[in-house]
Amino acid sequence: MANRPVEIRPALGLALFIAALILGSAAMLLLRAESWRLAPADWSALRFTVLQAALSSLVSATLAIPLARALHRRRFRGRSLLTRLLAAPFVLPVVVAVLGILAVFGRSGPVNAALAALGLPPLSIFGLHGVVLANVFFNLPLATRMLLHGWQAIPAERFRLAAALSMPQSAQFRHLELPMLRAQMPGILTTIFLICLASFAIALTLGGGPKASTLELAIYQALRFDFDLGRAALLALIQFALCAGVTIAAARLSLRQGFGAGLDRAAPLPAPDGWRAPLDAAVITAAVLFLGAPLLAVIAQGLPGLTHLPPGLWQAALRSLVVALVSALLATVAALTLAQAAARRPALWIDLAAMLPLSASGLVLGTGLFLMLHRFVPPAQMALPVTMLVNATLTLPYLYRLILPEARQVVADYDRLTQSLGLPAVSALRFVILPRLSRPLGYGAGIAAALSMGDLGVIALIADGNGATLPLLVQHLIGAYRMEQAAAASLVLIGLSFGLFWMFDRIGGWNADA
Amino acid sequence: MLTLEKIVLRQESFHLTADWSVNRGARVALIGPSGAGKSSLLNAIAGFFAPASGRILWQGADVTQMAPGARPFTILFQDQNLFPHLTLAQNLGLGLSPRLQLSQDQRAAVEQALARVGLAGMGAQKPAQLSGGQQSRAALARALLRARPVLLLDEPFAALGPALKIDMLDLVDEVARLTDATVLMVTHDPADARRFADKTVLVADGVAQAPVATAELFANPPAALQAYLG
Repeated sequence: MANRPVEIRPALGLALFIAALILGSAAMLLLRAESWRLAPADWSALRFTVLQAALSSLVSATLAIPLARALHRRRFRGRSLLTRLLAAPFVLPVVVAVLGILAVFGRSGPVNAALAALGLPPLSIFGLHGVVLANVFFNLPLATRMLLHGWQAIPAERFRLAAALSMPQSAQFRHLELPMLRAQMPGILTTIFLICLASFAIALTLGGGPKASTLELAIYQALRFDFDLGRAALLALIQFALCAGVTIAAARLSLRQGFGAGLDRAAPLPAPDGWRAPLDAAVITAAVLFLGAPLLAVIAQGLPGLTHLPPGLWQAALRSLVVALVSALLATVAALTLAQAAARRPALWIDLAAMLPLSASGLVLGTGLFLMLHRFVPPAQMALPVTMLVNATLTLPYLYRLILPEARQVVADYDRLTQSLGLPAVSALRFVILPRLSRPLGYGAGIAAALSMGDLGVIALIADGNGATLPLLVQHLIGAYRMEQAAAASLVLIGLSFGLFWMFDRIGGWNADA
Repeated sequence: MLTLEKIVLRQESFHLTADWSVNRGARVALIGPSGAGKSSLLNAIAGFFAPASGRILWQGADVTQMAPGARPFTILFQDQNLFPHLTLAQNLGLGLSPRLQLSQDQRAAVEQALARVGLAGMGAQKPAQLSGGQQSRAALARALLRARPVLLLDEPFAALGPALKIDMLDLVDEVARLTDATVLMVTHDPADARRFADKTVLVADGVAQAPVATAELFANPPAALQAYLG
């Protein structure tokens, strides 16, 4: 209906900037890659990257099936809290989870103590096991939430009909649930595979050595320790090609995100009883233990250490806060600009610009920017700005998809009224768009801030010893086996991350009345 | 005088022509079967639907290329006439100052307009606290403040009960008299046309006919109107 010219110049400029940033980084890598020959170690890094990502996504998605099914058909006290907590790992700093996993599954942890008591060999947390375990810790909740949405999308009438025909559970599974799983699984597997391809912080803390090195870890080593820029560029180029290839191949699978819409709907039907009830209970209990124990371990280990926090903690915390706030602001403004333009006039180039960052990982962008800038700016000075820019870019796709549906609704409901009153752009933004979108904007900014607060990627690549952020400090402490101090610093990190998220979410909520 | 000069509206299979004028101060109803294009024609006049060809003129000046807010018209939609997150005073204030920086006089004018439509002292309330009829009154109060010479109504009272709708039509009449406005009103109810409009435009079969006297039209309905009235 509205076929007046729409102001798209800001969105166009932004899209060009994003394209220049990502494709420019890739071009830089292409220019700087000196040799096209992969050393045996590089081949093994490529193989390990794909192997750990494939295993992690397979294990996460498989385990998510019984868990999501149990959560779908059972109602119990704390279920609503549990489904909401399943969204938390998305913004949980990776180093914190790794620390908790080390405490539970590490050499002197309770799991190995139990294995020893049973006369079984100990489980090693480093290497492939550990990397997959940590990836599953992060992605099992994500897969579970995505599957829960799938289960809820099956109309309750179908289950009712199945019950009326007294279909046995196995037939119900085959006719109702299996088709849903077949439709959902490819997207879920690919989403998690893509996330695990770029799980640098996990590889950095639990991987390593010739056998368990990912491409990103190899980039990090080439850049930081060997200062072999040509090799770093080549490796980053391979990583970029890998992620971009998977993103493009998966474009039609509609990659999912595991947060958003509520999961609190009433149970469709009485759940089956008999042996299935204790089985569901066991599945849910196991999941709660697996996901909760590492966090409790960090809290138990960290609380005593809060009285003597490691030196430099507050400076690092301040740096992290600044990084988080600036990148949250950048990401939110960028996502709003693109979503507004797309809501008023859908265009492929806007979607492409908003989704392009999915094809790049932090390490790839970081390497590209480092190669562009290192002759002009000393690394210590570029560390924080580059981190802000990269974090903002990487969170853009999530925020865009969060804001776009709501922006479309605002256009549908109020664009004509806004135009008929002749409100200029600034007034429309201030009196219509910001108030109407304050809830998703606040939520999105909260997610961006928490993600950026906990990020351990680019900063590890570029920062020197004096410019560490809080996650980097925790990683250094883990590396030095100062576990109690690491846990105490982790508690500060979690507090700040979730505090930022809570604050932005509340600000959004306050403004969104009526 | 509002003139539609050889207007052609086209969208996919939809097609509508209009070529007529209404005099200043007239009360005109647009009536016809649903889907015939009554609302589309009103939206074209308001500036939300660009005609494929033809011109829209007000007092001889071409407004076809003007932005909706710049046209000398006020439009009331079927719904969403108020921003739900703003108070009534703010909703009305946006009609006077897009930056909501109101002078003392403008603030008084807002209060006065609210009082005029029977909402005295309710400026601090938000739309959700109001009934449907009160929300319509508030939207009319803003039209009163904007005082544009043409008032376009796209069935804004369709959701109200019969008695309330009559009150609203009377209020529209009063607002139009106070602002010396020409009124074009889309309706599907012949009673609305009879009660309110001295002229009626029949929109049917791809043509918006030139306005004729309402009483005459209903006394001698053409075939298309007969089909619609049943």
